[in-house]
Amino acid sequence: MSGTDFDVVVVGAGPAGSAAAIEVARAGRSVCLLERGPSPGSKNMYGGVVYGRILDTLVPAWWEQAPVERWVTRRSTMLISGDQALTVDFRNPGWGEAPHNGATAYRPEFDSWLAGVAVDAGAELVCSTTATGLIREAGQVVGVRTDRPNGDLRASVVVACDGVNSFLAKEAGMYPHDDPSNFTVGVKETIALPRHVIDERFAVRGDEGVDIEILGCTGDVPGGGFVYTNRSTVAVGLVLSLPALAAGGTRPEEILRLLKAHPAIAPLIEGGEVVEYSAHVIPEAGYDMMPELVGDGILVAGDAAAMCLAAGIWLEGVNFAIGSGALAGRTAALAARRGDASAAGLAGYRSSLESSFVLSDHRRLRDAPHLVMSDLAQRVLPAVACGVVEDVFTVTNPTPKPGMRRIVRQRLRRHGVRLRDLFREGLRALRTFG
Amino acid sequence: MTASSYPEISFERRMSTVEFRVDSDRAHITVDDTVCRDCTTRGCITACPANLFVPTAAGGILFNYEQCFECGTCYLVCNEEGAITWTYPEGGHGVVFHRS
Repeated sequence: MSGTDFDVVVVGAGPAGSAAAIEVARAGRSVCLLERGPSPGSKNMYGGVVYGRILDTLVPAWWEQAPVERWVTRRSTMLISGDQALTVDFRNPGWGEAPHNGATAYRPEFDSWLAGVAVDAGAELVCSTTATGLIREAGQVVGVRTDRPNGDLRASVVVACDGVNSFLAKEAGMYPHDDPSNFTVGVKETIALPRHVIDERFAVRGDEGVDIEILGCTGDVPGGGFVYTNRSTVAVGLVLSLPALAAGGTRPEEILRLLKAHPAIAPLIEGGEVVEYSAHVIPEAGYDMMPELVGDGILVAGDAAAMCLAAGIWLEGVNFAIGSGALAGRTAALAARRGDASAAGLAGYRSSLESSFVLSDHRRLRDAPHLVMSDLAQRVLPAVACGVVEDVFTVTNPTPKPGMRRIVRQRLRRHGVRLRDLFREGLRALRTFG
Repeated sequence: MTASSYPEISFERRMSTVEFRVDSDRAHITVDDTVCRDCTTRGCITACPANLFVPTAAGGILFNYEQCFECGTCYLVCNEEGAITWTYPEGGHGVVFHRS
């Protein structure tokens, strides 16, 4: 392993890359953390919440130093049908106390902070530098080319944390196909409002925050929506199926306009000023679209490995990026020490992912993204749920109350749902989430 | 859905909230619009969140790389081999998010 500039080169200083660089540096190996943006996180956006439990071992008491906007103490799930909305609203003040659960944060700030932890551990962070390709010798990845003059970087191991489009994993032949049905695109408006106005409208105090996940708000394009609170901005966004958009569906900003105009959402953001619009592609299909994770001299982690979990009631990504990145970093450091960066020498990455939450959650929930995007979840569930609740709470005096069973049966029939289909899909959901 | 009093912003105003450090030397995406002339789906036009693909009267596609989110939607939905060549912009260039 002579002639290397670093033991490990990590491409991409998002959560996966920084976690990898932290582990490599702490294992006493040299590591270069490459970032194409002017600072870490400047290319990144997300649909909302950082779940920090995975940070507990990596950065003890991280909550005292991470740049958090608000701690999520109120988690709502909203079903929208026409101008109606049915919301399940869970409040837990306990999440507002250390060690916390979910946090809202701006990715440019959060990602820069985590990259700073890597730098403190000894990683060399190089920003404004795009990795343009792999350097390979006899099939083995031995470094990356960059767009800097004389920018080749040679290393024992390359950890590709270069995001959902991972050109490095594709170049290595680990990610052979780009089936658009595996992807969604997220769009988001960050809307400024005075902090006390957000506190009042969302009924929270201090550092408490709200995360609202929405189904039934995306019109003719399968997907979902979200609203969450930062200190003095509110983020409103959508996740939209790529094939449906491409098939001539309503444009993203128009679907977003309709969501913002909805009677359940408009009062929350009225008078606010859009201070940033952003968009990013999401590897929606999770386990079923994952590339090969280990190659000769290369590991893939984070969104580059489709580690984002889009499982309906669970929407996580930053934590899976950190979890996979950290394991990739540990494996890479060990391989560099042993001097064996072949796929066999790096195979421990795959097995450590298997025994961690990263692949066990993804494997268990592999069916969930398909369930969430199904017509039943997208169209029928919000309509039937809102309709049933409307019938239950509309007082029809002097006509006697119809009884719950009849209400449900009528609403199902109106939407052309047969009981046995509902039963079958219900069982599938139970098997997936149970 | 009911209309609200919420004033909607124009697409130009929406995009003006985003910082782009444009690389004037190199377009990171190129479109071979001779390929696009035979394309019947043209998914890029409706799917690109920055609305950068515009059909021309001559049946081609006009494309502007300067306000690109670098998301990848266009090449993922493009079903005409070789129509879109997509790389990342040179380091330090392109979109810069602040409150995302």
